Amino acid sequence: MSSRIPIVPESTEPLPGLGENTGLLSWVASIDHKQIGIMYLIGTLIYFVIGGLEALMIRTQLAKPGSELLSPEMYNQLFTMHGTTMIFFVVMPFLIGVGVYLVPLMIGARDMAFPRLNALSFWLFAFGGVLLYYSFFTQSGAPDVGWFAYAPLSEKPFSLNNGPTYWALGLLVSGIGSLISGLNNVVTILTMRTPGMTMRRLPLFVWMMLVTSFLLVFVIPIITSAFVMLLLDRLLGATFFTPAFGGSAILWQHFFWGFGHPEVYILVLPAFGIVSEVIPVFSRKPIYGYEFVAGSTVAIGLLSLGVWAHHMFAVGLGNVANAYFSLASMLIAIPTGIKVLNWVSTMWGGRINFAVPMLFATAFIIEFVVGGLSGVAIASVPIDWVVTDSYFIVAHFHYTIFGGSLFAIFAGVYYWFPKFTGRMMSETLGKWHFWLTVVGFNMTFFIQHFLGVMGMPRRTYTYHDMPYWGSMNLISTIGAFIIALSVLVFIWNIIVSLRKGEPAGDNPWKAWTLEWATTSPPPVYNFKLVPPVRGRRPLWDLAHPDSPDEPDAKIVTEGPNG
Amino acid sequence: MANNRMMIKFFIASESIFFLMLILAYVNFHNSVTTGPTAKSSLDPYVTGIFSLFLLASSFTVWLAGKSLKNRNRSGLKLWLFATIVLGAVFIFGQAREWFGLFGRGITISSNVFGSTFFTLTGFHGFHVCVGLVMLSVLLGLTLAGDFKGPKSDAVECVSLYWHFVDGVWIVVFSVIYLWAFL
Repeated sequence: MSSRIPIVPESTEPLPGLGENTGLLSWVASIDHKQIGIMYLIGTLIYFVIGGLEALMIRTQLAKPGSELLSPEMYNQLFTMHGTTMIFFVVMPFLIGVGVYLVPLMIGARDMAFPRLNALSFWLFAFGGVLLYYSFFTQSGAPDVGWFAYAPLSEKPFSLNNGPTYWALGLLVSGIGSLISGLNNVVTILTMRTPGMTMRRLPLFVWMMLVTSFLLVFVIPIITSAFVMLLLDRLLGATFFTPAFGGSAILWQHFFWGFGHPEVYILVLPAFGIVSEVIPVFSRKPIYGYEFVAGSTVAIGLLSLGVWAHHMFAVGLGNVANAYFSLASMLIAIPTGIKVLNWVSTMWGGRINFAVPMLFATAFIIEFVVGGLSGVAIASVPIDWVVTDSYFIVAHFHYTIFGGSLFAIFAGVYYWFPKFTGRMMSETLGKWHFWLTVVGFNMTFFIQHFLGVMGMPRRTYTYHDMPYWGSMNLISTIGAFIIALSVLVFIWNIIVSLRKGEPAGDNPWKAWTLEWATTSPPPVYNFKLVPPVRGRRPLWDLAHPDSPDEPDAKIVTEGPNG
Repeated sequence: MANNRMMIKFFIASESIFFLMLILAYVNFHNSVTTGPTAKSSLDPYVTGIFSLFLLASSFTVWLAGKSLKNRNRSGLKLWLFATIVLGAVFIFGQAREWFGLFGRGITISSNVFGSTFFTLTGFHGFHVCVGLVMLSVLLGLTLAGDFKGPKSDAVECVSLYWHFVDGVWIVVFSVIYLWAFL
């Protein structure tokens, strides 16, 4: 039997999915991981446009000092909804969605371990967002207490409107969706790998999704409990977070950031995974230091659980706590720095092809390093005390989440679009998109470092005409409109390429991981035959039988699937 | 399949964190009640302790149900599933009795931080017991309809694991709320 090429075991019963019926019902009722993945991507694109429009209104308001375009109440709603949307309904579900699409393909499986739960996760995400946005249509308006909803501001005496209730309910619902998705991913990756796909040969994107999924499993319950307590406070008159009645406002901060800090790694680890797939392929070299990339991810995951209070230096937790959380936060720079060195070393000496995915991945490295360096700076307590709640913080986390996660997301979209649709995206429009994004992004956010150091506070709806503040804010606003233009180019590129893009073929980038071994787009059953996995780059081994990555490896027919 | 059992284990791990946070909230406020009811002034450890024994016993009966399944002893499976449901229901009855007693004395979730943390923690535990009772009833119904011929069943094993978990959480909750106040 050892000479037989391993095939994916047949499902005993056919799974509902892309059948002959390709109407709307085949999508709504689908439990096929590829359709669910595509629905995630479409959903996040819609939320991305909404969140982007909110950002544009914020930046328009701030374009000149003393502007009266938006009321303070409206402004508060906009920055709260912008932050909440971009984190919980754009970056997080995009990464989960792209993972849902790719993880089974990359490990040579037929579908996720629990296809119905997978569909449930998506619909909880979709309806959680609807619940959140429904608040705009209520009499009291959208939540207006910031994306971390500090108590007691988010509590009854201070927020009599229903905004924070919708906020907590919407995020509770979508959070349970994310948790289920995390559970599903963990079980899928641990049990559904094709024979030969050992943990040491797992594509790095799958490794990052695994660590992210573990984080989801262990930190979503933290925020779920906090949402429950906040809702009980607001709806039944409990007193968890109301100091006036014996509760503790600091407890909310501990609970929120106990989730909130691991959350930022949930937002960036899969992005690291995307970059770790793109850079080797476009440098025509295997990843440098595979073990270190995977191992440092695990280290980041573990460290991220113990650093939450660096968001709370201004609270006054005492010198011992501050010193611990400051040092622990700085430690994260080590595994993150290891990754940056790995990516750069992979590019070093490679035959680099600066196609659009590689452009975004390269820009990702540079901009994420900027965000990482300002992060190390504000992990230091005295610096944090000076710049906390200023535009320096806004600049910092936009460099990590936009310059980091979102640039990697764009790289991933351009890289996998041919696999998703069977057509290439336009390189010309892609380059326009890339350069407009780079210019717009840096113009918007780099200058905010200086505004922050000059003392401009975040979350205030207008500002006095201090020296240079007006012109610096205007530059930032112009940058934001350049980003908006780049998004229009991006969406135009998607529409044009879907209709008239060049046919991609199975493997347009000559990549090495299993998702490229099947057709584009993959059939419902994913693979007719899963190629034998004898190393980290199965398609390289297949194309170069005379010089495989692991010459001594044997074909394995007995694996997790038997 | 190993998938189901792995899933329920990670799910239980995740649920443990959820209960840990509720317990931490209770612990955080244990010594900070200045006015109003406290655990010591409002709870009866003996009555609740006796009802707790019913829940602990149900862990034993669900284990016996699993053993019956392994031995293909279908009447044993029916008997022990039924016994587990009865024992769990008695515990829930005890909790309802305790809650309504407290309501009668004007102690509610909005009384003070003791009320908030006590009702939230025991309420979520009771909710989990109820979910477990529903799942056990489904298992019993399926057994009566002729399912679960043994010797293995992921459904029975997963519900059993979940039930043990709910039991384990109660041991911690009982220790933190009752034993801490009265010992």
